Amino acid sequence: MSTNFDERDSAYGFEREYERAGMPGRAPRRMQRRKICRFCIDKVDYIDFKDVKLLQSYTPERGKILPRRISGVCATHQRMLAEAIKRARNIALLPYAAD
Amino acid sequence: MAEKRTYEVVFIIDPDAEDAEVMRLTEAVQKIITDQGGSITKTEMMGKRQLAYEINHKRDGIYVLLEVDGSGAEIAELERRMRVNDRILRYMTVRVDEDRRRADKLKDRRARKAERRPTAGKSKAQAVESDEAEAEAAA
Repeated sequence: MSTNFDERDSAYGFEREYERAGMPGRAPRRMQRRKICRFCIDKVDYIDFKDVKLLQSYTPERGKILPRRISGVCATHQRMLAEAIKRARNIALLPYAAD
Repeated sequence: MAEKRTYEVVFIIDPDAEDAEVMRLTEAVQKIITDQGGSITKTEMMGKRQLAYEINHKRDGIYVLLEVDGSGAEIAELERRMRVNDRILRYMTVRVDEDRRRADKLKDRRARKAERRPTAGKSKAQAVESDEAEAEAAA
């Protein structure tokens, strides 16, 4: 029954950028192409808290909410996303903290 | 008087409960709602799944999702009953009618925008493309 962790790795692709942001000034800052909000492209109007796979891709290994400076999500959708993640945590679909 | 609201109720049943008990609990919950004047529009047994963290020393739980139309009174009663039931590990009620109305509004607005400027989508796509070309040139 522990498919949760297996799904996880394939689900998120932000890891590299997240790590790079964690070490400011280590490498010379490369100009990054401006990211575009994925939800706007897909025309998402509501982010469901039951969609664990989607939410997991925005909560890297510690289980924290991925900042939009990394993911490029627009403000509106980041708000929806944050709300959905918090709801999912409440009902034990996502961890509050993981190590 | 009372406006109609839509709620999503999710609750987690103890994983040690037998199938029959799960059915009995779900029916009991449905009965509470109908007795209070609410109506159930959807019942979904999401089955047993792993919990992201332990609740009452349990590692998994049986998830049940209900969609309820009502005034709010039946939710109050339901939550009161679920709180004292130790077979129910956790419950959560989310009011969804407002969010859905908002989603419809956004969809509406988008449709109207697309109608007004039939070429808008295309020119925007071109703008993005030229943006990318510029970024590449800079890099």
